[in-house]
Amino acid sequence: MLDALEGIAGFVFNLDLLSTYGWRLLQGLRITAEVVLISCSLGFLLSYPLARGRMSRNPLISAPALAYVTFFRGTPLLCQLYLVYYGAGEIRPFLASVDLWWFFRDAFYCCIFAFTLNTAAYQAEIVRGAVQSVPKGQLEAARALGLSPYAIARHVLWPQALLIALRPLGNELIGIIKASALAAIVTLLDLMGETRFVFARTFDFSIYLYSALIYLSITQAISRLWNWIEALLSRHLLAGRPATMVLGAATRKGQGAALDPLRAEP
Amino acid sequence: MGWFSLLFGPDGWAPLLLRGTVITILLSVVTVPFGFGAGLVLALLKLSPSRPVRVACDAYTTFFRGIPDLLSLFIVYFGLQSLLNVLARLLGDAWRIEMNAFVAGVIALSVVVAAYSSEVWVASLKAVPPGQAEAARSLGLHPKQVFLLVILPQLGRVALPGMGNIWTILVKDTSLISTLAVSDLLRAASEASRATTRPLLFYGAAAGIYLIFSIVSGVGQAYLERRANQGYA
Repeated sequence: MLDALEGIAGFVFNLDLLSTYGWRLLQGLRITAEVVLISCSLGFLLSYPLARGRMSRNPLISAPALAYVTFFRGTPLLCQLYLVYYGAGEIRPFLASVDLWWFFRDAFYCCIFAFTLNTAAYQAEIVRGAVQSVPKGQLEAARALGLSPYAIARHVLWPQALLIALRPLGNELIGIIKASALAAIVTLLDLMGETRFVFARTFDFSIYLYSALIYLSITQAISRLWNWIEALLSRHLLAGRPATMVLGAATRKGQGAALDPLRAEP
Repeated sequence: MGWFSLLFGPDGWAPLLLRGTVITILLSVVTVPFGFGAGLVLALLKLSPSRPVRVACDAYTTFFRGIPDLLSLFIVYFGLQSLLNVLARLLGDAWRIEMNAFVAGVIALSVVVAAYSSEVWVASLKAVPPGQAEAARSLGLHPKQVFLLVILPQLGRVALPGMGNIWTILVKDTSLISTLAVSDLLRAASEASRATTRPLLFYGAAAGIYLIFSIVSGVGQAYLERRANQGYA
């Protein structure tokens, strides 16, 4: 019995493993952070024109934007990553001729490329939903007051829209951190990649648990941080209530799809 | 070779992709009752009066929602495997069980889906007015009947949008199982593209099939939601 207990304890905890390979996990964590930060910010920049495209009345603009968003949200990220990483090899002569092969040769850049395109689609839908959930009367009133388009955007539209977008954007950041583990499958030594490397060397299962604890503490920290930011930014609204509850529209029927937490926390 | 003969020619890869597609559908469909069922049980436990039970269930959800799905799958998959090995060592080799990759995949996906869906179940359990259960109890219904006949039928309507989201997550997460030696759609595409060195074609085809899935799921979900909301303004 004692033997069995010892076996199970050794199965879950193994501090020797951590002291030997802990630095590897930290190194991987740095790569994960780089991939996530770069692709999330680039995706955010891309998301705004995409959202504008989705809202355009011109079907020549809105149809491609819809196709883009549908493709990147409707197919697995792993499949998109394979398309970029292995697909680039197939068109290598072409990529070399336009001097882009150095970019697609590197798993790190391929991951950033695929994750950026993917998260741009999700963030575009978040931004679109937020912009559309600002009551029309707000914009009409601003226009009636003679505000310039810039002033309307700066002082009326964005302060309200970004507050609504805040929470889903935070969920998307957490989603990308979780999704970035896929980079390990295309040989990138991010946190997940280092974990797999250590497991392949030691066959010690507990390395997966340590890695999980690292991921968990990051996602939890971000989720706490987001609660704090949201409370800070919405303190002018009803005290203590989250912005999405006060501004309401975000969760109203029909608009729900816009804030659809397809990959983020349901 | 042209893309058409690569896919549909006499030595084409379409049959392999088709088999992969069937595996992907099977993986998702088989996971639904286990994953969503376990999620419902988890949700009921989260509403239980016992504090330790609630804390344990919340910890489970926080854990599996806070780590990458790929890591969850690996933890469950390799965890099961090492657990089976430990058991075999303790009980003797007669108890050694070979783990079927498909079954392990379903278990791993169910663990993740249970964590995701329990939150949706909790929200919809809270959305059913307490008067419903009180009325049923005062009519003399057995607690089991109260749940099965009164509460459960009302859950679906509220839970449907959230469940639809989890279903799309599930279909896409099955692609992660391809890294665990289950020959699903994505793995079939990998095999085909490795053999022909035409990754763009085969991963593109796989993406197209996944896309059809998610579009069909979206249409089906809209239909179900419309049906479930009949009679509610």
